[in-house]
Amino acid sequence: MNLFCVGLSHHTANVETRERFGGHAETDCVLRNAGCTEALLLATCNRVEVYGASEKRVSTDEITRCLMRESENTSAVGDLRYSEVPPFYRYEGAKCVQHLFRVASGVDSMVVGETEVLGQTKKAYEKARASGAAGPYLHRMFQRAFRVAKQVRTHTEITRGSVSVGSVAVDLAQRIFGHLSNCKVLVLGAGETSERTARALVSRGVSDLRVSNRSIDRAHDLARLVGGDAIPFDEWPEQCREIDILITSTSSETPLLTPENLAPMLRDRIDRPLFIIDIAVPRDVAPAVNELDGVYLYDIDSLQSVAEQSLALRRQQIAAAEAIIAEHVADFVDSISRGLNRASQPSEPPFVGDSSLRTSEL
Amino acid sequence: MDRTLLIISTVCFLAAVVHSVIELRAGVFRPMRFNFFAVGLGFIFQTAFLSIRGHSVGRCPLTNLFEVFIFLAWSVALIYMLVGPAYRLSLMGAFTAPLVLLIQGFALIAPIDIRHPARVPANPWLEFHASISTVAYGAFALACIAGVMYLVQERQLKTHQLHSIFYHLPPLTDLFAAITRLLWWGFVLYTFGIVSGFFTGQPLPRVQVVAAIAVWLLYAAILQGQHLRRIAPKRVAALCIVGFSAALTLLWGITFAAQMSSMP
Repeated sequence: MNLFCVGLSHHTANVETRERFGGHAETDCVLRNAGCTEALLLATCNRVEVYGASEKRVSTDEITRCLMRESENTSAVGDLRYSEVPPFYRYEGAKCVQHLFRVASGVDSMVVGETEVLGQTKKAYEKARASGAAGPYLHRMFQRAFRVAKQVRTHTEITRGSVSVGSVAVDLAQRIFGHLSNCKVLVLGAGETSERTARALVSRGVSDLRVSNRSIDRAHDLARLVGGDAIPFDEWPEQCREIDILITSTSSETPLLTPENLAPMLRDRIDRPLFIIDIAVPRDVAPAVNELDGVYLYDIDSLQSVAEQSLALRRQQIAAAEAIIAEHVADFVDSISRGLNRASQPSEPPFVGDSSLRTSEL
Repeated sequence: MDRTLLIISTVCFLAAVVHSVIELRAGVFRPMRFNFFAVGLGFIFQTAFLSIRGHSVGRCPLTNLFEVFIFLAWSVALIYMLVGPAYRLSLMGAFTAPLVLLIQGFALIAPIDIRHPARVPANPWLEFHASISTVAYGAFALACIAGVMYLVQERQLKTHQLHSIFYHLPPLTDLFAAITRLLWWGFVLYTFGIVSGFFTGQPLPRVQVVAAIAVWLLYAAILQGQHLRRIAPKRVAALCIVGFSAALTLLWGITFAAQMSSMP
C-alpha cells in the first residue's frame, strides 16, 4: 500500500493560489477521480493537502487535475490555467508520515507552534472518517499524528509565549497579576485595538472594566460592547489610583501620562503593580514612566518585540520537536514493517501488512 | 555510615541542579516534578543523617558548625517541601537546590565537623532555641530565594527582554505574596528562637545577642515597611536577600564563637 501526500502550502504558493483550491475540492472527488483507496483533504488558510493510500501509484498530476477540475467547476477559479498551477509537493511513505506529524505539531506552520492546525487536522480526519474516505491506513497515521502533536506540545516550548500583540498584552498581564478576575482595567480611547485587547482580557476573567473616551457616546458604546462602565474623560487620571491595567490608544499629540502626574498617584498603591499597554501612535505615555517602581509600560513596539522574541523562542524548539517526530516516524514505519495488521485490535480495521510498503515506498 | 547518607543526599541535590541547568540551556524549563522528587529524596537522606547523628550525640544535632549547616540545609528543604507546591512556585526547586547544595557541600568539604571531646549535656531550652532559630533561617532562606525569583521576573518585565525562564516563573503578585508569608513565618519562628535563648540558663555573649536582635529588627522593619506600604515590593525582595545574608553571617558567627569557646 502506498501512503502519500500531495499539496500546496504557504511555503510553495501564495494565498491567491491557495484560496483557489481550499474549500472547493472534496475528498470524495479526489477518491473518485484519482482512484485512491483512502483519501483525506486537509484545507486550511495556509495549506491544501491530500493524504492518500492506494494500491497503485496515483500520480501528482492526477491529484492536481482532480483538484483543478473540481475548482474549475466554480466561477472563482475559472481563469486559472493548469499551466499556472505552482508545483504541488509530494511526499511518500516515511516522508509523508513525517510531513503529517510536522503539520499536526505546528512545526510546518507559518506561525511556528500554533495549535489551530491540530484542530483543523482533527476536523478533516473526522470528516473523512464519517464519509468513509479514511480507512485503516489513514486512521493509524492520523491517530499517531495527534499523539505526536500532543507530545511535542508537552515536551518542548514550541507553543510557549504569544505571537500577536493582543495576546502578548494578555499574557504579560497574567505574568504580573496571575488570575485576572480581580484586576481593574481602564481602557482609554475607544479604538479597534483597544477593543480587541479589552475583549481578550475579559475572556481571561476580567470583570471590572472601565472605558474613557473624549466622546462619551463612544465610551458608552465600547463599554456596552465589552461589558464595562463608561467614565468621563476628565476623570480618567484619578482612576490610576485604583486600576491594575491601563490600555491607552487615544489620538493625543502629547503624552497624557508622565512620571510627574503618575508618581503622586502611585504612592497610595506602592504594593500593587500597574501594567500600562500603550498602543497609541504617537504614544500616550511618556517612556520615562517605565522607570517608576511597580510600573510596567509596554508600547506597540515593545509588544511587537516580545511577540518576535516568542517566535524566536519557538523556532529554537524546532530541533527538539523534530527529534520527537523522527522517533515517532521511525517507530511508525517499524510498526508497519512488523505487520501490525494482524487483527489484534478488533475496534480498529486491520492495517494490512504489506512489506512492499517498506521496501518500495519507505 | 551517617556521612554516606549525607553524600547521597548531596548527590540528589546536585542532580536537581544539573537537571535545571540542562533544561535551562535547552530552553525547556519544566523542572517541577524532577526537582521536587530530587529535593524530596535529598531531604529524606538528610533526615536520616540528622536522626543518626542525634542519637549519636544524645541531643538535637546542633553541636558544631557542620551540624548547624546540615540542619540549616534540612530546614531550607523542609520549608521548600511545605511552601513550594502549596504556593504553586513551580520554579522554586530550581532555585532552592543550588542553595542547599552550596550549604551542604561546604559542610561536607570544610573541616568543621569537630566532635566535642565529651558528650554535651542535653538542655531542652537550648535545643529548642537552636532548632527553632535554624528553621526560621530556613524560612528566611526561602524568602531570599523567592526574592531572587521576584527580581529576575521584575527585571525581565522592565527591560522587555523575556527569556524562556520568564514563562516558568510565577506571577509577580504571587511571588510577593509568598515572600510576605515566608517573612512572617520566619519572623515568628525567629522571635520564638530569640526569646527561648534567654531561658537556656547559659550566659549569653553580648555581641551575639546584639547581632541577633539586629537581624530581628531588620526583618521587623521589612515587614513593617511592607505592611504600611512604605517599601515597594522590589525593595522588599532585595531586602530579603540582604536580610538572609546578614542572618547567615550571624549564624556562622554564633556557631563559630560557640565552638571556639568550647575548645579545650
